[in-house]
Amino acid sequence: MTFRAGQLVRIAARKHEGHHRTPDYLKGKSGKIERVHGSFTNPETRAYGTDGLPLETLYLVGFDQPDLWPRYASKAKDRLLVDVYEHWLEAT
Amino acid sequence: MTEHDHDHSHDHPHEPVTNGEVPAAAARVRALEELLVEKDVVSRDDIRQRIDWLVSRSPTDGARLVARAWIDEDFRIRLLEDAHAAALEVGLDPGPSPIVVALENTPDVHHLVVCTLCSCYPKALLGPPPDWYKSIPYRSRAVSDPRGVLHEFGLDLADDIELRVVDSTADIRYLVVPERPAGTETMSEEALAALVTRDSMIGVARAISPSAVPL
Repeated sequence: MTFRAGQLVRIAARKHEGHHRTPDYLKGKSGKIERVHGSFTNPETRAYGTDGLPLETLYLVGFDQPDLWPRYASKAKDRLLVDVYEHWLEAT
Repeated sequence: MTEHDHDHSHDHPHEPVTNGEVPAAAARVRALEELLVEKDVVSRDDIRQRIDWLVSRSPTDGARLVARAWIDEDFRIRLLEDAHAAALEVGLDPGPSPIVVALENTPDVHHLVVCTLCSCYPKALLGPPPDWYKSIPYRSRAVSDPRGVLHEFGLDLADDIELRVVDSTADIRYLVVPERPAGTETMSEEALAALVTRDSMIGVARAISPSAVPL
């Protein structure tokens, strides 16, 4: 486990061909670790018939909505929380 | 399962009326099923049992958890800590996902659940997801314009309420615990559970207010 709750992270901006579970709208965006869920098999390799090992840590990462959508229509402090696997996270 | 919206009723299932063409997605699913059975990955009975399990689930299970949390403070804490264990504790099947997270709505914070990548949903506790949950417009707009989406569901949040959208992209399943409506202090657990709708546990609505329930 590399990251802990409260730590700032950035979602890797790299492209990925094939199955992955990191939505494009997050690529390159900065957020904060909200929760460390635990370890899970890697869906990117499991999708192609492997056992998905080694296990990947899964995190709940929080973002401020205006950081994601330039035209976000609200004065409120709305947030978006997304589950992201460790190999998509970079320290900031 | 296919829903059809014509207004006559009869007691036998049938294929929807179409122009005779099988939708591309249905053809793909059927081809996959044939291949998986042929390669012995799954059996037709496995598939039948999974469908049987799915349609046997309903939001009444999730509603039981919420109502119990409303009347039992210790249970509420355990539910928010570990909803998978809390479901098992009251004899409910939390489903195959090892982690179920209950998200509590308060006067200051409202949660809304979406799966932008597919249709991840706490099926064990809520039953099959509604069609709109799986639709592209909901999946895209619930993250980029969630207040607009809530408005269309009839829920207008004040600006000072923090809206937290949870995009359920992976192995975790999320269940919203709606706020207990006012005027329910004397209601039984069972009566409270009837106020907890599927939509309120996705976050597109509040729990039913008892004053709105016809006598």
